[in-house]
Amino acid sequence: MGTQLDSAKSVFRLGLFRDFPTLMHYRDFGGYQALAKALAGSPEAVIGDIGAAGLRGRGGAAFPTAAKLQMVRDNPPGERYVICNADEGEPGTFKDRFIMTHIPFQLLEGMTIAAYAVGAAQGFIYIRHEYPEAQETMRRAIAAARAAGLLGGDILGSGFSFDIEIFSGAGSYLCGEETALLSSIEGKKGRPRLKPPYPTQSGLWGRPTLINNVETLANIPPIVDRGPDWYRALGTADSHGTKLISLSGDVVRRGLYEVPFGTTFREIIDNCGGGVRQGRLKAVNIGGASGVVVPPWELDCPLEYSACGQHGITIGSGAVFVMDDSRSILENVRNRVDFFLHESCGKCTPCREGLRQAGRIIHRLLAGNAVLADIDNLERYTRTMQNAAFCGLGQAAGNSLISSLKYFRGEYEAMCRDRGEAAPKEATA
Amino acid sequence: MSTQRQSVKDIVTAPAAGQAALLQALLAVQDASPENYVSEEAVNEIAHLLGISRSRVYSTASFYSVISLKPRGRHIVRVCINAPCENAGKQAVLAALEQELGVGLGCTTPDGRFTLEGVSCLGACYMSPAIKIDNQLYGDLTAEAAVAIIRRCREEENIGHTA
Ligand SMILES: Cc1cc2nc3c(=O)[nH]c(=O)nc-3n(C[C@H](O)[C@H](O)[C@H](O)COP(=O)(O)O)c2cc1C
Ligand code: SF4
Ligand code: FES
Repeated sequence: MGTQLDSAKSVFRLGLFRDFPTLMHYRDFGGYQALAKALAGSPEAVIGDIGAAGLRGRGGAAFPTAAKLQMVRDNPPGERYVICNADEGEPGTFKDRFIMTHIPFQLLEGMTIAAYAVGAAQGFIYIRHEYPEAQETMRRAIAAARAAGLLGGDILGSGFSFDIEIFSGAGSYLCGEETALLSSIEGKKGRPRLKPPYPTQSGLWGRPTLINNVETLANIPPIVDRGPDWYRALGTADSHGTKLISLSGDVVRRGLYEVPFGTTFREIIDNCGGGVRQGRLKAVNIGGASGVVVPPWELDCPLEYSACGQHGITIGSGAVFVMDDSRSILENVRNRVDFFLHESCGKCTPCREGLRQAGRIIHRLLAGNAVLADIDNLERYTRTMQNAAFCGLGQAAGNSLISSLKYFRGEYEAMCRDRGEAAPKEATA
Repeated sequence: MSTQRQSVKDIVTAPAAGQAALLQALLAVQDASPENYVSEEAVNEIAHLLGISRSRVYSTASFYSVISLKPRGRHIVRVCINAPCENAGKQAVLAALEQELGVGLGCTTPDGRFTLEGVSCLGACYMSPAIKIDNQLYGDLTAEAAVAIIRRCREEENIGHTA
């Protein structure tokens, strides 16, 4: 699926592993060299390499991974955990699923190296319920790694021990939020907790816990094996390495693509996706349901943390969803508001009520019953939600609303009953 | 009845249940139930075996959309309702499924075979619109293809029953 990067410049080499998730195959291509190298050196050296590579979290918040490893490592001696966040709930995203089904051993190797770096003996992979095939592949991979002495006691004769359990989610998007995920493993409702304390200090069962995304952890073996310099050379001065892009919507070739940082969104759509399938490009949703909706003229922005920040683009999970000019922005925003309304845990008022009000207004707009003042109210509710919501769900839920109001306000206004009175004529045409 | 009780016990106390037991126990008990749900007796038994209150088990069970406390069909048909699938023609697929099954979203066919549900992104948006029947994923669907899949499921189950 999709075109793949030359394997010398690729972190994932997905093309090599299409239907061969066997340990032997992975080792034939250099798999587990990184673990041997890491175990022969110190945990500090591993963290040093990851820091020098400039790896940042791929789960959405782009937090520097080495700093997180160091925080967990710095705790007083005692039990600690490594958790791989494989909840991948962001609609339009399928990269973590592909890592798990195609290169499961790269994920296990990355987790094992991370565990060595922080001094953990037990790991969990929290995989969403919608991915039974990924759960099955990861279970088989864990068994194979154990049988080969790559998991369990005294790994590769180093004296270091580490084992991994699979934990299945149960259909809650919110459980991808790291503290909700902890509650879920502990057998409670998957509701977020107050931070601080951060999981790095007080995580699973109150113990220090490293939580990283699947893609983040799978980046670790190539960094350790080929070195930080090789890794840094893949991206730009600002953002290092590569990013997996889940490309969907109205393009010729939907699929999973690995691109170096610095690639523009237009290049992703045109070169990877083969351009828009029919009609003209109208809008692109970047970063999934919690991401933004942008018009074509923003697409020359490079995929890079600083540039995207300046353009108000959320890289998020790396979902790129393309809409041609037959699509209604309002229908698409309604779909996202409905999604968040369903996934909100209702714990705080700004999110619960903000989404309910936003949902009402959007449905009223689509029914042709709204007035222009509703749009201003919609904007106000959304801003309150972004600023005052307790967790990242409510804070991000407004991104598609605010960005679509910024770029496609005319479409909102055209749906209002009193549009002729205030809006300029050409805007309503 | 006693076999059902036995199986709940086996699941909850199996070594694989590990430290993180409650949610995994609920899922496993549900998977083992022919009606795809967690019964009241099963809740009582899980609470007893894990040494926690029934209300704690209910509180967790009711939070997660995958866990059902009501009986469902033998097969769960899940239709992805997120934007990539919606834009790619989910509505037509859903309408065809509703017509073929004779029930709406959230409902079970009178013969107890199928429950039709909406689901969030299945991670298959490179082949939207997508649905899942039990653990099997189907993508690039049309209304006709979706109906054909349901009919094939019925036939396979009929063959299974007579074999
Ligand atoms: C509502 C919500 C959902 C999230 N879902 C996911 C998810 O599915 N996968 C993920 O890796 N991170 C998710 N996150 C981010 C995690 O809280 C956390 O930042 C991440 O797992 C850290 O890993 P990283 O540093 O490797 O990115 C979510 C955050 C929020 C607020
Ligand atoms: S922001 Fe939404 S999901 Fe997060 S705690 Fe508040 S109500 Fe729950
Ligand atoms: S949106 Fe339907 S499978 Fe992703």
